[in-house]
Amino acid sequence: MPSNRSTPALPPAAGNGLLDRRLFLRGGAAALAGLSLAGARAAEAERQPWARTPGAGMRSYGAPSRHEDHVQRLGISAQPGTNGSGVSRTPLEHLEGTITPNGLMFERHHSGVPDIDPDRHELRIYGRVRRPLRFSMAALDRYPRVTRAYFLECSGNSGVMASAAQPPDLRCGELHGLISASEYTGVPLAALLDEAGLADGAAWVIAEGDDAARMSRSVPLEKAMDDGLLVLYQNGERLRPEHGYPLRLLLPGFEGNMSVKWLRHLHVTGAPAMSREETAKYSDLRPDGRARLFTFPMAVKSVITSPSPGLDLSGPGLYQISGLAWSGRGAVRSVEVSADGGQSWAPAHLEPPVLAKHLTRFRAAWQWNGAPARLLSRASDDTGAIQPTRPAWLARHGGGAFYHYNAIQAWAIDEHGRASNAYG
Amino acid sequence: MGSRALLGSVLLAIALTGNGAAPGPGLGQPLSAEAIAAVDLTVMPDGTGLPPGRGDVDTGARVFAAHCQACHGADGGGGPNDALVGGAGSLASAAPVKTIGSYWPYATTVFDYIRRAMPYQQPGSLDTGEVYAVTAYLLHRNGIVDADAVLTEVSLPRVEMPNRGGFELAVEPSATELPP
Repeated sequence: MPSNRSTPALPPAAGNGLLDRRLFLRGGAAALAGLSLAGARAAEAERQPWARTPGAGMRSYGAPSRHEDHVQRLGISAQPGTNGSGVSRTPLEHLEGTITPNGLMFERHHSGVPDIDPDRHELRIYGRVRRPLRFSMAALDRYPRVTRAYFLECSGNSGVMASAAQPPDLRCGELHGLISASEYTGVPLAALLDEAGLADGAAWVIAEGDDAARMSRSVPLEKAMDDGLLVLYQNGERLRPEHGYPLRLLLPGFEGNMSVKWLRHLHVTGAPAMSREETAKYSDLRPDGRARLFTFPMAVKSVITSPSPGLDLSGPGLYQISGLAWSGRGAVRSVEVSADGGQSWAPAHLEPPVLAKHLTRFRAAWQWNGAPARLLSRASDDTGAIQPTRPAWLARHGGGAFYHYNAIQAWAIDEHGRASNAYG
Repeated sequence: MGSRALLGSVLLAIALTGNGAAPGPGLGQPLSAEAIAAVDLTVMPDGTGLPPGRGDVDTGARVFAAHCQACHGADGGGGPNDALVGGAGSLASAAPVKTIGSYWPYATTVFDYIRRAMPYQQPGSLDTGEVYAVTAYLLHRNGIVDADAVLTEVSLPRVEMPNRGGFELAVEPSATELPP
C-alpha cells in the first residue's frame, strides 16, 4: 500500500490516481521544496571530494557533465554501404523543456554531411522570377533577421509503431525521436523572393541542397511566402554541419524533409518537380494500393517522455508525468492524460508559452498505487484535430503505411514500476 | 501564472509569429541565363530541364553493371539497397514493393534522381548519355520500354509509367493539380 503521507489533498482528476494538474503549481511544489532543503542541511557536515580543492578552469566551448555521458543520440542507423545516409534520434526521455540542445537534435541525411565552406557557398534564386539573383553568405548576413521557435519532425517519425505487429521494445526517443525543436534565427524567405520578384505563373519553389544527393523538394509558394525561413542560426549559434550549415530552409510545421539543408537553389516554377523524395519516398501508400502525395503539415501528436521505458518508477507514490505535444497546423489546444488505458482522462497542464508549430511541454500529477497501469496522452490542436488511437490510424492509413504516424502512445507500467512500449 | 497572464503571453506570441519580412538591403547579384543553365538540375514531368542527349538500353546495362548493381543487385532486383525493378501488382498487398516500375509516377524523376544523386559514392560522375542509358535500362527491366528503346529529352517525358494514375493529392495545397 502506498504511504498516506504523500497523498495530496486535491481530488482525483481521472481514474487510477491521476490528480489535479495544479498540484505541482501550488502547495505541492512548496512541500517538495521543503523536503529538498531538509536533505541539504543534513549533508552540510560533509565536504565532498569535488569541494575540497578548487575546481576546473574555464574552457572555450562547454560540454555536458561526464555524469550525463549516457545522454546521446539514439538509434543511429545508415543504409548498407553508407555511413551518412540514415538517421539519428533525439533522446526525448532525457530532455526537459521544449528546446533541443543542438548536439542532440535528430539527423536525417540522404548522402552524409557536407563540409561546406561558407565563403564559397551561395544561394541562387531563379525560374519564374523577374530578376534571377545570387546571394553570398556575407550578403545574406546583412538581411534583417527574425527569431522563432519551431519544432521539426521527420515524416517517418514513429513509423515503426505503424508497421510492427508487436510493440517494439524501444525507448521513447528510439520510437519518436525524429523530432526536435529549436530557436531558429534567419531571414524570412519572402524577403528574398520579393527581391527577385515573382513572375507570372509562379506557384512552387524547388529547394535544392548542396549535399552529394542534391536533395530537392517542391514547396508550395504560398507556404514559402507565409512563414518560410532561411535559417542561419539554431539556438543562438550558427547552424551545425549536420543541420544544414551554413544555410537551411525551414518550413514550420511541414514534414522535415522539405526543410532542405545546405540550401543552394530556390527554383521558382509553375508546378511541382515530382522529385524522387516527394513521390517515391515521402508519399503515403494506402491499403487499396493508391497513394497520396503532398501530406505536408505534420498532424497533432503527443508523447509522455517521463515515465517511459528506461525511466522506471521507483515505488508507489506521487509522480509528475511530463511530455511533449505539437501540431504542424497550429498550436496545441489541450492534452489529456490517462492512467487506466484510456478509460478516463484528466486534462494536463500546458506550460506557457504555447506556440504554434513548436513543442509544448505538458505535465500532470499522478499518484501511483503500485498496481500495473497504462499511461496515455492525447493532444488536440486549435484546428480541432484530435490525436487518433492506433487502431483508428491504421484503419485510415492501412497496415503498409509508415509516414505521418501520429497515433496515441501508450506506456505499460508493471507492478515493479517498469515502463514498456504498448499498443492501445 | 494566472489564466489572464497566460492568455496574454499566448496572444503576444501569436502576434510575434506573423510574417515579418522587412525590406532588405538589396544585395542579390544578377544571375545570368548561362550561369543558371550551368547549375540547374531540375527536371519537370513535362521534360522541362532535360538536357539534350540520348541513351539506349544496352549501354545502360553496361553502366548499371559497372556503377549500380553493387547496391541495387543484379538486374536492379535490390539488395543491399532499394529494389529498382519488380513489385508490379504488389501495392495493394500486405507486402507492397515500391520500385520504379511499380510505384514511381513519372519517368522524368528517374533521370532527375540519377543525375543529381547517383552513383551514391560518386554522384555527378556519369555523363548525360549514361544517365539516359541507365534510365532506359531500368525502364526496360520494368517492362516499360522495349529492349531497343532510345531515350532522349523528347522521348523520356512521353514514357507513361504504370502507376501514373495511382496517386492523388492530399488536400493541401488545394489549388494544385497533378501534372499530366
